[in-house]
Amino acid sequence: MTATDHVQAPAPAQGGAARKRAKDRAVRPTVYILKKLVSLVVTLFVASLAVFFSRFLVPGDPARFLLRGRSPKPEALEEITRQFGLDKPAWEQYLNWLGGILQGDWGRSLTYRQDVSDVLLGRLPTTLQLVALAAVFITVLGLFAGIVASLNKGFGDRFILITLTAAGAVPPFVAAIALVALFSVGLGWFPSFGSGDGGWDRIWHLTLPALALGITYIAMVARVTRSSMNEQLLREHVEVATSRGLTRGSVVARHVLRNALGPILTVSGVLVAGLLVSSAIIERTFGLSGIGQLLVQSIDRLDFAVVQAIVMVVVAAFVLVNTVVDLIQPLIDPRIAAGTESR
Amino acid sequence: MTLAIQLPQAGLRRYGSLLSPMAWGALAVAAAVVLLSLFAPVLAPYDPDYVDLNNVLAGPGPQHLLGTDALGRDLLSRLMHGGRTSLLGPTIVVIGSTVLGLLLGLVAGWSEGWLGKVLGRLFDLLFAFPALLMAMLAIALFGKGLFAPILAMTIAYVPYVARLAQSLVVAERSRPYVQAYRVLGFRTPWVVLGRVLPNLIPTVGAQSTLNFGYVLADLAALSFIGLGVQPPTSDWGAMIEESRGALLGGYILPAFWPALVVVLVVVAVNVIGEELSDRIGGKLS
Repeated sequence: MTATDHVQAPAPAQGGAARKRAKDRAVRPTVYILKKLVSLVVTLFVASLAVFFSRFLVPGDPARFLLRGRSPKPEALEEITRQFGLDKPAWEQYLNWLGGILQGDWGRSLTYRQDVSDVLLGRLPTTLQLVALAAVFITVLGLFAGIVASLNKGFGDRFILITLTAAGAVPPFVAAIALVALFSVGLGWFPSFGSGDGGWDRIWHLTLPALALGITYIAMVARVTRSSMNEQLLREHVEVATSRGLTRGSVVARHVLRNALGPILTVSGVLVAGLLVSSAIIERTFGLSGIGQLLVQSIDRLDFAVVQAIVMVVVAAFVLVNTVVDLIQPLIDPRIAAGTESR
Repeated sequence: MTLAIQLPQAGLRRYGSLLSPMAWGALAVAAAVVLLSLFAPVLAPYDPDYVDLNNVLAGPGPQHLLGTDALGRDLLSRLMHGGRTSLLGPTIVVIGSTVLGLLLGLVAGWSEGWLGKVLGRLFDLLFAFPALLMAMLAIALFGKGLFAPILAMTIAYVPYVARLAQSLVVAERSRPYVQAYRVLGFRTPWVVLGRVLPNLIPTVGAQSTLNFGYVLADLAALSFIGLGVQPPTSDWGAMIEESRGALLGGYILPAFWPALVVVLVVVAVNVIGEELSDRIGGKLS
């Protein structure tokens, strides 16, 4: 975080070198964007290799591995061999798999006897709604707690900080159990199971799961906001803005918070991946039929094609969000000049 | 910034200034949990798997200090025995990832050429796989239990250590003492392992301490969704899962105790880790 603080002082009169650097800077945005996009593709490619070839770590007959828990009848073995192309060399299997994924053919689920893409698409809305609601809670509650803490020195700050330390240590599944105990069993305000009928009922059903899912990140965003704002509040430009007679609200909104956004944005890549993975646990606890629960069920029912697809989706989401964050960051903070690595 | 002037203090008071009171409290909690779990076979009042159907969901009392679960098993004994599995996993993961991460980080930080770059890329790539996701993929491959998630999480936490070690080594590499050893003709392995490595231990130790809390929570979560430790073995995550039925029926205690212990341990570990990194951070910057 401190790396971005050192604004590079222009080197005094170095003639050609300085001019060359200025020229570089003018070309860099395109280069920067291209670099990020290439690195995105490379990362996705290597990740797909890792996900696909992980299967080859399991010793023994791949057909029997894929059919675990089911009767290995000759015709079943034959079907699985044909479906996965197991009689072909490994690199050809991989290319077929990758080509399929790029064209939307993600293989077939053994449990559902359906295309994996269909199974996934059917489950996607629930997970997206859950993650979106959690993101709303994280943004609103996290920013709010962080701002309040940094603007109230003394008791308020200490109280919020201790609460955040405790909240940040509560794993999502423990938060889920605690919320159910308090708000479902105890007070009866929210349901503890199912995803409701859509509209307000859906939001009502997803409130507890989203809170449980978000609790770690609410604490994280609040802490980052607080420390980032504290850092900004001490800076001279804030003092100048205050001495010019701007209202406190406008100083905080336009001079403190805007500059404090960088570090908050940086954590959002980790955040999205974390939410998607943790949704496996939360969806299972609250009986929501989303991607997360599908992942757990597929591991349980030894349906490897589905597991592979979901792992790939989550990794891709993480890498994509990180790339988008890297591309947006120079727009928010021009000091992260295009071309300078932000991390 | 406050300037701390370190004056030698007499006797035991020296230890008092070593850590804040909060960190001492956290250390005490962690030590108590570890000791109670370690000596569970001797200290636990009951057999953790002993089912007593005449004494189901009893409240805390002289017979059962913390009460019993839906099968009449003593909750305190299950908590103590569960601690053994719940703490063992994170311990292995943290030791494994610290050793591996330190080695890879040292190599990556020391070599200025392509090797450092390739390793850096590898760490970046590993960051794209969240630890819990990697653990679930490993379970899908190698089956339920503790082996697969421990293996996967060890690998998943390597980049957290390696990245840190790498950046520290790069900083150390240009410091006068390293230059001096080089000029004097000491062999690189001796300088790196004997003189640079000890300087990394405090910072990396702080990071690994924090990692312990995350791994504990993730492994407990896996047991909670039935992919980790399998019944009847007791484990804090599995205990919470087992008591969900009782919870919906209004019996909170069987779920409350293991949840409380998990949160207490994670808070304690976080407080200790942050205290350590604050101290070292002050020294470094």
